Amino acid sequence: MPAHDVLIIGAGLAGQRAALAAAEEGATVAIMSKVHPVRSHSNAAAGGINAALNPEDSWESHAFDTVKGSDYLGDQDAIEIMCREAPEEILWLEHRGVTFHRNAQGRLGTRAFGGASAARTYYVADITGQALLHVLYEQLMKFHEQIDRYEEWFTTRLLVGEDGSCIGAIARDIRSGQMEVFTAKNVILATGGAGQAWQPTTNALICTGDGIAQAYDIGAPLMDMEMVQYHPTTLAENGFLITEGARGEGAHLYNALGERFMEKYAPNKMELASRDVVSRAEQTEINEGRGFPGGTIALDITMVPKKRILEALREIVNIGRDFAGVDITKEPIMIRPGQHYIMGGVKTDIDGQTPITGLYAAGECACISVHGGNRLGANSLLDTLIFGRRSGEHAAKRAAGIAMPVVASGQISEEQSFIDNIIARERSGRRVSEIKNELGEMMNKDVAVYRDAAGLANAHEVIGRLKEEAKTSYIDDRGTVFNQDVLGAIELDYMLTCAEATVLSAIERKESRGAQFRTDFPARDDAQWLKHITVSRNGGQEPEVDYAPVTMTQWEPEERTY
Amino acid sequence: MPEYTLKIRRYSPETGDAAYWEEFKVDLEGHRSVLEGILSARATTDGSIGIRCSCRAAICGSCAVRINGKADLACHHHLDHAAAESPDGNTITVEPMGNMPIIKDLIVDMDAVHWKKIQRVTPWLLPEGPEPEREYIVPHENMVDVTQTMACIQCGACVSDCLSMEVDPLFIGPAALAKAYRFVGDPRDGQQYERLKDLAEDPHGIYDCTHCFMCIEACPKGVAPMSQIMRLRRVAGSDQKINDRNNGYRHEKAFVKNIEKYGTLHEANLLPDSYGGKFHPRAIPVLAGSLPAIVPALLRGKVTPAKALHHHKLPDQKQIRAIYDTVEGRDSRNELNLYIEGYEDEPVLKAAGEEERGPHS
Ligand SMILES: Cc1cc2nc3c(=O)[nH]c(=O)nc-3n(C[C@H](O)[C@H](O)[C@H](O)COP(=O)(O)OP(=O)(O)OC[C@H]3O[C@@H](n4cnc5c(N)ncnc54)[C@H](O)[C@@H]3O)c2cc1C
Ligand code: SF4
Ligand code: SF4
Ligand code: FES
Repeated sequence: MPAHDVLIIGAGLAGQRAALAAAEEGATVAIMSKVHPVRSHSNAAAGGINAALNPEDSWESHAFDTVKGSDYLGDQDAIEIMCREAPEEILWLEHRGVTFHRNAQGRLGTRAFGGASAARTYYVADITGQALLHVLYEQLMKFHEQIDRYEEWFTTRLLVGEDGSCIGAIARDIRSGQMEVFTAKNVILATGGAGQAWQPTTNALICTGDGIAQAYDIGAPLMDMEMVQYHPTTLAENGFLITEGARGEGAHLYNALGERFMEKYAPNKMELASRDVVSRAEQTEINEGRGFPGGTIALDITMVPKKRILEALREIVNIGRDFAGVDITKEPIMIRPGQHYIMGGVKTDIDGQTPITGLYAAGECACISVHGGNRLGANSLLDTLIFGRRSGEHAAKRAAGIAMPVVASGQISEEQSFIDNIIARERSGRRVSEIKNELGEMMNKDVAVYRDAAGLANAHEVIGRLKEEAKTSYIDDRGTVFNQDVLGAIELDYMLTCAEATVLSAIERKESRGAQFRTDFPARDDAQWLKHITVSRNGGQEPEVDYAPVTMTQWEPEERTY
Repeated sequence: MPEYTLKIRRYSPETGDAAYWEEFKVDLEGHRSVLEGILSARATTDGSIGIRCSCRAAICGSCAVRINGKADLACHHHLDHAAAESPDGNTITVEPMGNMPIIKDLIVDMDAVHWKKIQRVTPWLLPEGPEPEREYIVPHENMVDVTQTMACIQCGACVSDCLSMEVDPLFIGPAALAKAYRFVGDPRDGQQYERLKDLAEDPHGIYDCTHCFMCIEACPKGVAPMSQIMRLRRVAGSDQKINDRNNGYRHEKAFVKNIEKYGTLHEANLLPDSYGGKFHPRAIPVLAGSLPAIVPALLRGKVTPAKALHHHKLPDQKQIRAIYDTVEGRDSRNELNLYIEGYEDEPVLKAAGEEERGPHS
């Protein structure tokens, strides 16, 4: 039975960074991922990572942009930490071998990104996330003696000790189907987002909110779950992302009348306003009949020199060509807002600690909250790395002072029969895939850019029904080796948990802030709603809604214009 | 919507049965991917079809399989193209990658082969001296250059189809050697000589590649592993003067000379030339830069659209000479690098960094 000081679940950027930091502190570390680490969704991040590293730039400016971008819902103490530590983190990455873009002097070069007052986004062509992820994985291979890797292992449940603290997890070796108990002094969740609860989404098939739901199941509160980012430029057909780097390089948005409509909504920042602002502008144009057929908007990048496009945006040239049949260097491409990121997640403090002792969370599955109502482009990679590292360090230090917990026996057989029961279900209910599709389409209709009480009520009702149907939903695979089918059934439960928390929070927040726009409450209401909404089980079965204060340090809420 | 037939290779280690083929009909637009076809069969007909997949967008490297016998990402191959390539114009065969043991259906054991080989090349940066206070100062061109190998998503397609590996399973192979170039070509790495000496002296190292081009054809990300191997050889031989005990470096020199002289591979003279004869070091980059276009053309007796060949049917001596002159006459070394030079069909090879960068750099 494996036992470690720190067990990390998830091997995207947050998880890998946490593992390296914990190992550096001398802890014994295990890192587990349901896919090979380099397949993690962090590799999809194209645009880049923010840091005020230039002498002319300042972390205060970065922090202010982030606070403003969050629509003042972000916790300013956490934002200050993130922005202050960002330059150091970029240098750490550079020293480990990330092939960051250079300027003519051979120094790190930047590009502009939405919602930022300076060009402070560092990048590797348009494969930034991939480059970071692969370089971190190089480091994991380098430190293989300190860090045990469990690749293609699926965590199904977190373990709780008698005193209520988290003492490990149960996982399934996907390849053999064997279950195993992992004892740990600390568990760090780094399981990423839950975008698959929406259809379409820019998120990968593995982004099913596993860690968020597992933490919720053992009583951890989820925070800011109503804040769901719709990215302004996703491919109309399949939801694939066209990176914000495109607009950073100078691309324009046009409606069907040929108007560069952002002039109306954000006369100063134009296409580079905050994502929520641009997505709403597009949706308004589409809703008011000025979109292209099928409800789309044109993204035109042809004015950027071709050589520059090929050098800096090669991946989207490929995406345009392979997935939309469009040569973006020659013609505009049709896009629309699409589900992209969840600002919410498991509530943590600035060291990644959740209210449950021994349980940490970092990356997209966590809510610290540095993104508040709306995340700025290129701030998420930064969030994963800074708070991944802080969690790893903190957990390692905490481990030094405590004894290895003891997991009660019988856990494996209980979990084994839970899974065996799913595999053995009669084919009388609905297919798992059907329920997933219904959930995704409904969420994209009722819990999207514009929301109202009626739509949210419908969403709540549908989720309630789907939760019931999920209990009898069936799968086809009866095997143990690489039974992906049964994992899909477990993931469906996770997505439903996340979707429910999202809907409850969205119903609760009766105002418009950041990514939450209520057509029935169109104004921001600081007097009543400048606070976080949390959802937790509080020991019971049913979700309970509560509030948490927003931490302010130096920035008072102002009206938000771009 | 058109209907496609996916003929999928099935195998379960649990039943004791041999592998078999199973056909699935899918109704999807032709520009949808083979992966979407498989996922639709999985969602509606048989959820037990095993395939790794995640991003659906050719980013995560999970879904490499063999489609109609050739390795590619399932999410990166359109159904209509796949159908058109198939013998009957409709039945698309999908099977697991080659050169790796099969675990279940389309899932192979990448740890046993691919990742083991990656680990073989010491795949992490080994800088020398103390860390600078700020970033390492590195020329823009070098970073763009190694970014081509950073573009590798470790999908294993090249490993699947590598002919040398089929013959010599111990061959380090295309993906791992491309990964090696990522460090050899990175000015921040302090172990260039040691890395190259190791790879040159390993009998299954850089001289074990037979230039079969399969890896270049298979690679969905334009990494061009064979070109990276050629560059490793060039840096090992010309720059670091590493004379490996397998005589690979000399053999390569003779190879270049041979083509220069005869316009095509003159097998009879290749061997003797490998052990002597004169050599112009600047000719090596020719291979690195031009092989993908020229050699298949020569081998197949037809010419691909490399500009230097002026689209003639058969290369003549003058054209070959022209390629050598062009490349040897350059001030800076030009490499085949998609990040610098755009698509293969673009006419001119440009050196990096000669134009204005974008507005924000
Ligand atoms: C298309 C796209 C482009 C983006 N571009 C940018 C950008 O340019 N800049 C930016 O800052 N942000 C960007 N983002 C956001 C950013 O990429 C993500 O928010 C971030 O990478 C999340 O990292 P993570 O480490 O939290 O999780 P992930 O990278 O998603 O990793 C999650 C890990 O958890 C593991 N896991 C999950 N569940 C389980 C389980 N049950 N058992 C075991 N393991 C499990 C997975 O295997 C995986 O290893 C982009 C996002 C998308 C979708
Ligand atoms: S060119 Fe070399 S490395 Fe590439 S597939 Fe052929 S033998 Fe293998
Ligand atoms: S070099 Fe290309 S084919 Fe080979 S593993 Fe990398 S991306 Fe895949
Ligand atoms: S699913 Fe990610 S590469 Fe195909």
